Amino acid sequence: MGMDLVIDALCIRGLGPVRLTVPAGGCVGLSGPSGIGKSSLLRAVADMEPHEGRVRLGTMAREDLSASEWRRRVGMLPSESAWWNDGVGEHFLAPEKVRPSVLGLREEVLSWPVKRLSSGERQRLSLLRLLDREPLALLLDEPTANLDEVSTRQVEALILGYARERQVPVLWVGHGRAQLERVAQRVVSFDSEGCLRDADGEACR
Amino acid sequence: MNAVIALSPMDLSIAALLVVALAFLSFRMDLGVTRQIVVAALRTTLQLLLVGMVLKTLFDRAQPWMLAFIALVMVTTAGRVVMSRQTRQFTGIWGFGTGTAAMTVSSFSITCLVLTTVIRIDPWYAPQYAIPLLGMMLGNTMTGIAIGMERLTSTAWRDSGVIEGRLMLGQTWDEAIGTIRRESIRSAMIPTLNSMAVAGIVSLPGMMTGQILAGSPPMEAVKYQILIMFIISSGTGFGAVLAVSVGARRLFDERQRLRLDRLVGKKNEAR
Repeated sequence: MGMDLVIDALCIRGLGPVRLTVPAGGCVGLSGPSGIGKSSLLRAVADMEPHEGRVRLGTMAREDLSASEWRRRVGMLPSESAWWNDGVGEHFLAPEKVRPSVLGLREEVLSWPVKRLSSGERQRLSLLRLLDREPLALLLDEPTANLDEVSTRQVEALILGYARERQVPVLWVGHGRAQLERVAQRVVSFDSEGCLRDADGEACR
Repeated sequence: MNAVIALSPMDLSIAALLVVALAFLSFRMDLGVTRQIVVAALRTTLQLLLVGMVLKTLFDRAQPWMLAFIALVMVTTAGRVVMSRQTRQFTGIWGFGTGTAAMTVSSFSITCLVLTTVIRIDPWYAPQYAIPLLGMMLGNTMTGIAIGMERLTSTAWRDSGVIEGRLMLGQTWDEAIGTIRRESIRSAMIPTLNSMAVAGIVSLPGMMTGQILAGSPPMEAVKYQILIMFIISSGTGFGAVLAVSVGARRLFDERQRLRLDRLVGKKNEAR
């Protein structure tokens, strides 16, 4: 049931052309210094900015779906989470099914006002909110940036568990090499020319 | 209209003395607005005298094309004002076009409707009615649309993270901008709603005051004022809904991406 995320000839802001396949149930890590365009690649895959290239999920081509349908399937977690309602729970489609305790959060956190959340709580809740939409692929922009060691491990376990259970491809942006090697089967990065390379220096093709 | 007391230039200069006194006070207290007071007073005198002459000519022989020309000047000026009040305006024709088109559609259609069905003057474009009505419609619609558009573009700019966050969770552009659009339309309507709510208690509307000063029976003036209040608030409301909706759509492209590159910040020009 899982579907590969296939990126082909994608160019954005001097990056690429990027050619990359994230296999169903697998995780590809994208590392590199900040500012090199890791987030831009995720944004392009989620179709948040004008760019060149094609992306498909299994046999589903992006251009055959409306942008909102595509983004519902290919869920992106931005590095800064945004909250627009007053209450935390109002941001979830199925709040009764959410288990905050798996990320070390209190069960009643969904009844809290957003203003009360710390940055770490926001970050973890934004992941729960994304998974609540049950996406078929995950684009994660530094999902553990504001978290301590314990929470980081919990977040990693949740993501990898979701990916394995539903055979969902995961493209994970991070700048800690150690973390990416822990969660991903393959780690790629952009070189100074904007060409995507594997850990052994081979250009991705 | 038999009780009109004509004002002589002498009468006006007494009032002008007050403005001169104010300018002098501003100069002595170093308020920094002396120049503005003088310039504004001169502008109001000149502009209104000019309009008076134009209206006099127009009233003497009503030609539809002259009326159309005046209306065009009024709309373009109002459109430029709407645009100049935005801290971030849409690029290209959309900057001027969105507000102006919405203003035109709403003011013109309501003014024409009122002229043909309510006032029923013959010919319907009789300038004594058409020009002041259109002027009042445009003036208020202009303010409303300017407020609404400013709110829309500045909030979208500031809260782009929220809009994009909502898009990333699979919401449509319509859902993602919904809250901001609603708030913008509401803020555009509030001034006219407020003025309707306090009319007669806190403020005596200018038009009504003018009519009464010029000798109209108060009840006639009041009825006209009620008419004006109704059409101004509906015109402002419809115009704002139209302008803000078109603007909100323009913030997104065909792939429902937030396109802030379609807005340009104003180059530090004085307002």
